[in-house]
Amino acid sequence: MSAWNVVFWKEVRENLRDKRAIVSTFVYGTLLGPVLFAGLIGLLISVMLERSEKPLELPVIGADHAPNLIAFLRSQGVEIEPAPADPEGAIKRRDADVILRIPAEYAEQWRAGKAATLELIVDRSLQKAEQSISRTERYIQAYAGQTTAQRLLIRGISPEVIQPILVADVDQSTPQSRSGMLLAMLPYLLILTVFAGGSYLAIDATAGERERQSLEPLLINPVSRGQIMFGKLAATFAFAAASLALSLVAFAIITPFLPVEKIGMIINFGVKQCLLLFLAIVPLGLIGAGLLTSVSAFAKSFREAQTYVTLLIMLPAIPSMIMALNPLKPADWMYAAPLLSHQLLIEQTVRGEPAVFWQFAASISVTLLIGSIVAFVASRLYHREQLAISA
Amino acid sequence: MIELSDLRKSFGAVKAVDGVSFVARDGEITGLLGPNGAGKTTTLRMLYTLMQPETGFIKVDGVEITENANAVRRSMGVLPDARGIYKRLTARENIEYFGRLHGLDEATLKSRCDALIAALGIADIEHRKTEGFSNGQRVKTAIARALIHDPKNVLLDEPTNGLDVMATRALRQFMLKLRAEGRCVLFSSHIMQEVAALCDRIVVIAKGRVVAQGTADELREQTGESNLEDAFVKVIGSEEGLSL
Repeated sequence: MSAWNVVFWKEVRENLRDKRAIVSTFVYGTLLGPVLFAGLIGLLISVMLERSEKPLELPVIGADHAPNLIAFLRSQGVEIEPAPADPEGAIKRRDADVILRIPAEYAEQWRAGKAATLELIVDRSLQKAEQSISRTERYIQAYAGQTTAQRLLIRGISPEVIQPILVADVDQSTPQSRSGMLLAMLPYLLILTVFAGGSYLAIDATAGERERQSLEPLLINPVSRGQIMFGKLAATFAFAAASLALSLVAFAIITPFLPVEKIGMIINFGVKQCLLLFLAIVPLGLIGAGLLTSVSAFAKSFREAQTYVTLLIMLPAIPSMIMALNPLKPADWMYAAPLLSHQLLIEQTVRGEPAVFWQFAASISVTLLIGSIVAFVASRLYHREQLAISA
Repeated sequence: MIELSDLRKSFGAVKAVDGVSFVARDGEITGLLGPNGAGKTTTLRMLYTLMQPETGFIKVDGVEITENANAVRRSMGVLPDARGIYKRLTARENIEYFGRLHGLDEATLKSRCDALIAALGIADIEHRKTEGFSNGQRVKTAIARALIHDPKNVLLDEPTNGLDVMATRALRQFMLKLRAEGRCVLFSSHIMQEVAALCDRIVVIAKGRVVAQGTADELREQTGESNLEDAFVKVIGSEEGLSL
């Protein structure tokens, strides 16, 4: 057995016996993503469903002044409620999202054919009320439109006269692509797994060994430091890959239970997608393992290494955040950029788009190349004289 | 056999080792005596290839260490200053790990392991995880691990540090056994009695320099003191950092 292999198996065996490593890699690392994802998606869906399905409750002042309007609103499913005694106060106290006031002169203005005035008592600064306000406005506009059409027809004019342009949406999104929007955070959660999965082992195997004074005896063995580093890096990579695989399985199990079809979406997370995603993401494990090992070799203490690693794990979030705030149009070069290419490949895969060979090949080969460079840097750091000397 | 010649190593402005030369012969125990901070550990670290000396050379069995560091490492068994063992592995697994890194085949590994475990008297704990081991048990495991490849030269950095009387006695017996097997044993200590009782040759180090070396008789003769401990104190110039 070659030396790096000996180191690899020792690290694997030792860490499999460590409860904290197991929890960090296979419980925390694996389940955090899917559970967070399911929670967020579930919340999002329930909010969307609740908002659109719940009948609008509308307190009305002076309902007697406009019986036709009230009847129209009721026919649209609006629940007309008696207004509270102090409507302005009720809005301020957030007891109601919107209150409709029908002034006494409404009926008079209506009959005279003048623009009849209605008042909506609202607080525009409240996000939560936005939906109710716009729904109320839509219903009232619809009533006004209906009335306009009737009045024009009576005068023998086609209602189309006042509607010179009609805009029709030709929506090209499919249920799959719409779920892609909802799945915007998925890439980060998966990429995070591959960084976080090996982080405990990486810190333990270098900074931890030095702190526990076992690195010095290890380095006296007739084995090159490059081999020792590579064994540890391979173990870090293996744990990261295992964490990713388990995380994908957890996603595949959880997603069928998410009620995404209720909002007309489909998430593809079958066996094929799992394999494609694993193939696409796992090369990042090499960059992750190389960076984690470098940082552990560079840090002067276990704690210092932990601090760096916490920051390091934030790194893959950057492209995800850019893509979420300012979605870039996929361009060919992006498939040769690590993290960015992963973002795109993950989104495309869960959207159910067919895998394009060159895109996967470009992402994987560039990622492995950069991973090798990072691993080389880690090996250089392992050759420093200070490495073994514990402070 | 180990030869060191004019070794120097400084950390910033501090000259940790400032021209150390001595020879440790096969079949002898050579003691490196000096107060804490005299440069013993740095000297040994250069010897076991962890640090690069700024000047001078080191030869182990005639091979210069810069020429073939791995060959030198194979011929040396080292108990370094840092003697951490893996607490989630058993004593035997700790020993086997280093044996495999030395490239021993499984049959040799097993027989060497059995022999060392018997010789060091740790058969009762060989299958226990080392977490919770006493200092003595840890040092014995670390020594077995260091000697798994049957090295010709044995380096022990303050081996009895932190051990109780029983463990210290057992370790001293073990060192005598290594000498009887014809090995070159080099150990460092700041304990005068230990060095006086065990060593064939003594190298006294202070402030990074060798201030005296020779057999016990030679040291007494050089200093004109009949008591070896008085001789040590005289060449070092102070009792500070030494123990009886």
